[in-house]
Amino acid sequence: MSATAASAVPDPAAEPQAAVQVEHLDVSYRVRGHDRLALRDVSFTIGRNESYGLVGESGSGKSTAALALTRYLPRNGRVSAGSILIAGRDPLAMDAAELRQLRARSVSMVYQEPGKALNPGIRVGRQVAEVYELAGLGRAEAMERSAAMLSKVQISDPGQVMKRYPHQLSGGMAQRAVIAMALAAEPSLLILDEPTTALDATVEAEVLDLVAGLRDEFDTSLLFISHNLAVIAKMCDRVGVLYAGELIEEGPARQVFDQPRHPYTMGLLRCIPRQGQRKDHGRLDAIPGFLPPPGQTQAGCIFAPRCPIAEQRCRDAAPPAFDVGPGRSSRCYLHAATADLPRNTPVDVQLPSLAEAARPIVSIRNLSKTFTAHGEAVQALARVDLDIERGETLGLVGESGSGKTTLARTLLGLIPPDDSSIIELDGEPLGADLRQRRRSQLKALQIVFQNPDSALNRRHTVRRLISRPLTKLAGLTGSALAERLTDLVRSVRMETRHLPLRPRQLSGGLKQRVAIARAFGGGPRLVVCDEPTSALDVSVQAAILNLLADLQAKEQVTYLFISHDLGLVRYLADRIAVLYLGRVMELGPAERVFSGPHHPYTEALLSAVPSLDGLRTDRIRLTGEIPSAASPPTGCVFHTRCPRRLASGICESTEPPLAEVEPGHLMSCHIPIDQLTNLQSNKRMP
Amino acid sequence: MAYYLLRRLGLAVVTLWLLSIIVFFAGQVLPGNPARSILGPLAAQSAVRALDHQLGVDRPLATQYWTWITGMLHGNMGESFQYQSPVGPLLRAALTNSAKLAALALVVIIPLGILGGVVASLNAGRPLDRIISLTGLSAATVPEFVSGIVVIVIFSVGLRILPASAEAPAGSSFLTQLRYLILPAVPLVFVLFGYIARMARAGTIEALESDYVRTATLKGLKRRVVIWRHVLRNSMLPTITVIATQTGYLIGGLVVVETLFNYQGIGNLIYHAANSKDFPMLEAGVLTVGVIYMVATLAADVATTLLNPRLRSGAIR
Amino acid sequence: MTEIVAMPPGIVASQAERRDQPVWRMLLARPTFVTGAVMLLFWIACAIFGTAIAPHNPLAQQLLATNHPPSAAHWFGTDQLGRDVFSRVIVGARSILIIAPLATVLGTVLGTALGLALGYLGGIVDLLASRLVEAVLALPAIVVIFLFVVALGVSTITQILVIGFIFTPLIARTVRSAVQVEGQLDYVPAARLLGERPGRMMFVEILPNVIPTVLVEFTVRLGYAIFAVATLAFLGFGVQLSTPNWGTDINANYVLLGAGYWWETLFPALAIASLIIAINLVADSTEQVLAG
Repeated sequence: MSATAASAVPDPAAEPQAAVQVEHLDVSYRVRGHDRLALRDVSFTIGRNESYGLVGESGSGKSTAALALTRYLPRNGRVSAGSILIAGRDPLAMDAAELRQLRARSVSMVYQEPGKALNPGIRVGRQVAEVYELAGLGRAEAMERSAAMLSKVQISDPGQVMKRYPHQLSGGMAQRAVIAMALAAEPSLLILDEPTTALDATVEAEVLDLVAGLRDEFDTSLLFISHNLAVIAKMCDRVGVLYAGELIEEGPARQVFDQPRHPYTMGLLRCIPRQGQRKDHGRLDAIPGFLPPPGQTQAGCIFAPRCPIAEQRCRDAAPPAFDVGPGRSSRCYLHAATADLPRNTPVDVQLPSLAEAARPIVSIRNLSKTFTAHGEAVQALARVDLDIERGETLGLVGESGSGKTTLARTLLGLIPPDDSSIIELDGEPLGADLRQRRRSQLKALQIVFQNPDSALNRRHTVRRLISRPLTKLAGLTGSALAERLTDLVRSVRMETRHLPLRPRQLSGGLKQRVAIARAFGGGPRLVVCDEPTSALDVSVQAAILNLLADLQAKEQVTYLFISHDLGLVRYLADRIAVLYLGRVMELGPAERVFSGPHHPYTEALLSAVPSLDGLRTDRIRLTGEIPSAASPPTGCVFHTRCPRRLASGICESTEPPLAEVEPGHLMSCHIPIDQLTNLQSNKRMP
Repeated sequence: MAYYLLRRLGLAVVTLWLLSIIVFFAGQVLPGNPARSILGPLAAQSAVRALDHQLGVDRPLATQYWTWITGMLHGNMGESFQYQSPVGPLLRAALTNSAKLAALALVVIIPLGILGGVVASLNAGRPLDRIISLTGLSAATVPEFVSGIVVIVIFSVGLRILPASAEAPAGSSFLTQLRYLILPAVPLVFVLFGYIARMARAGTIEALESDYVRTATLKGLKRRVVIWRHVLRNSMLPTITVIATQTGYLIGGLVVVETLFNYQGIGNLIYHAANSKDFPMLEAGVLTVGVIYMVATLAADVATTLLNPRLRSGAIR
Repeated sequence: MTEIVAMPPGIVASQAERRDQPVWRMLLARPTFVTGAVMLLFWIACAIFGTAIAPHNPLAQQLLATNHPPSAAHWFGTDQLGRDVFSRVIVGARSILIIAPLATVLGTVLGTALGLALGYLGGIVDLLASRLVEAVLALPAIVVIFLFVVALGVSTITQILVIGFIFTPLIARTVRSAVQVEGQLDYVPAARLLGERPGRMMFVEILPNVIPTVLVEFTVRLGYAIFAVATLAFLGFGVQLSTPNWGTDINANYVLLGAGYWWETLFPALAIASLIIAINLVADSTEQVLAG
């Protein structure tokens, strides 16, 4: 289905109608008396059984597009221009009854947080059956069909699950139930808005595979909305890139991502770390400037203020959508020059190499932490041994329940570990709680939190936020204080004019810089970075990651970098520790852990991450769900899901020790290393 | 769930015990000697002392507390100083009266309050909502005697259709008693409407803005069905708690209404007991009121737990 | 030029976080606030200038003109001692508007401090204190208040102290919840990691963020304070000064309702109602602006 054929009215007698046809759509919101355009002149078509991805950062309007299609805009939103056709019918012209019909039969939607999408007071089975009852089936038959649908989404034992309430399901299972509910009506269009963002990597892979499979089976068109380009690359035939409410590029997904024809798309792609890129070599490139405020209208191309090759004509008049190939379009006068787009930052930098230190800066032995919840003991960490070397970046990787956050918090003294745990800083044991530690110890360990909205006191000014550690931990006053403050502000690439502002006046990227400046203010030796870019937009991420790398070189600190995003970890980390259910599964140099041989869990984790390069690795499917930390499996905690479980039964009975399998590379697995290497290099699956 | 309920019960018992201590010792704070109050200012000091001894008020406080609390637990509430007769029956009669008035008020206010709150929430932000909310808020804080006086003036003095006193003549039929209770119920209805409507409104708004209502609407369900099946059962949970606690208030907090309408309810009883330094009556009365309130709160907690599946079963993974 | 945070346009802009105007301007834009504030200011003016404004001397008894219905000379009629009801209503604003705000301020200050401590420090102290608070709150406030007033006698100071102390646990409960919500945010551990002491944590870090809650509580409790003072006066525990007092006037005159003398109780009652409604309007708009 060509994008430029969109202007003709579909002939019902001829070829099958497009599932969705959007023409010159404007959507505006009325905010404090003014109309602000959230979508501007957006046109796209989704063919039958086609998967179309809508990609964009926050404020791009991608969710608005979905809401407009189902006519579920909030009270202050409306379609101010353009048209929408779903399977040839116009939802904007429908009355209430027709709209209900449309929603019940033709369009279904799946959202980000599955737990919240289900009514907490009604059993899951009833909620799925509701769809069938709407189609006219009786109660008993509806329940039967629901059970069938649930097994189709790979829920084993659907009868059991149907009797449960939503809070009793795991995230992955809940999302599957929501998908079942969505597909039960056999809609012609399925809209998915960030459906897997809230899920763990391995669960996400399962759900995405499920959606892809079901799409073929049900012959449904997909509109897949996400900020994650790799997921879109994996799931979609075609993609549209939204920037500040405009569709600036469109085309077959593979082509758009391999050879983008718009400076923004190119810039976006350069923000995402791919295999081979490292913090000192093949650096990520940031897009300068900021996203325009919502609804701001300006003459000329909306991306021009941030575009490195913008010319006068770009600023004078907004470019139309140029046809740049079969089924491809781009809103750029200079689309042909995209391939040679100049970078904003150097591609290679010189970072100091790690000196061989006599002693690790932090030494963790036998670290355990048990929580009690509802009278049960939950072991978040179990006998973890770990050394953090001076000046390195240690990446801490794991899914939910792995214990990585707990580890960081016990290290910092925010949570007291179980007795018999030993944490040492420079050879000296640290007190279990913050209050037992000396000022020099507090100075040495700091943290950058994930969410800057939560991590910065919204009533304090930037100046106060950054100055406090300077006075409290570094003990600076007077002119020394002022000098260091200015120096710090510059080194996080902010300006002194930001100092009197409060956090709510800053963008996400700026807020995180303030948080970083605060962490470095006291002159720390080790900084814990707890998912420092997860809450930020993709284009902002790159700048922050590079900033962290540069600061590390300048201030000579060690990083404990926690992330669920393996791509980021591969970019930044020197060594990697993989956690599962509170235990270290693997620990070693980054390239070794990634290239192999690696622990079966690491293997599965790596295969679950969608790659932007479109390289298809064989998916290692993990069976079952992550076990509950309250009752961990016996022996090796991973054995219940391990596809390489040994037949001898040793995996069920004995917990493998964390042993060195190569110099500097440790693993907790019973499989002998040469056998593992063999299996993994041949990609032989049992 | 059982674990949670047991814990809740245990805490309630502790709180009740603390309450009994507070009540007992607060009574001791009241100035004046009970024997002196009974015998009058002209009685001889020796007679006062003898009566003191007989009443047991010259023993150590802790002993007095113990006697009192064990007596309470056995149903013996002591003798009223004022009336020289057992507290128990007097208390029971007063309690019955208060219960009648409370029942009338509840029967009117529960449907009215919930309806008002739900209607307000469905029109959130629009004029109807603001009117209902502000009316509720104002009605809730205007003192009962103010609204009581206004209705007396209008209906009793002005229109002469309803009596200004709540005491029906002895042996009246049910309907006559009802007629007498209408005016006193009005201030109560005003006060309660505000609280209940507010809770119902907040609960419904929260439900309306939730993701699961979005899911239900986008399934193609009719709005009416969405509200009835998905919204209401979740939005009513906090309202139940409020209703239960307000019931507690209705039993003991009606001093003003009972005084204004000359009604022998438990609030009135406590008021007179305080004024006359009638310790046994006072303490028994206040403790009873406290117990009723705690029972109501506990019932509310239990009901909420039973109705909320999340609390009922906990997460099973 | 400040960097404006680029929020997704889908967010309906009612959050106070996005406000770019000072609070007082937003308040003045709301008709409910203005109405309430005007009525409140009227009564405050009566409290301050009452004796100057009132047409007659509120204390002057005219034993030949007792219980006269409203007329041109006496807009609100006269009471059983021949005193002009209208003047008494005007001047009567004073005692309520002294006691109630002071009691509320006392309760708010103590309650906020207590709520901060319980919410931040938690632990055993919180557990015990919460039990105590619940025990006290098990009784209808009015019962507790007049028990104490009966015990300690009636005076302005007593009323202020007693009402203030009753409010303390109520406000502490709300502040405690707000503090616990704040405690979930990351800036709290971030500040602890700088080595901040608990005192500083509570008053410099957390308190500024719960101020909106405190302000809303204050305005709401002010209404209740007036309610309490008026009710006490009605029950006969009003401060028996020579200055007119709405509640005590009602207490003295309501027995006459049966005889048909309605004006002596109705007008003070309406005065109480209007003052409370005014405060509620102000409280409601404050809550809308700060929390909505």
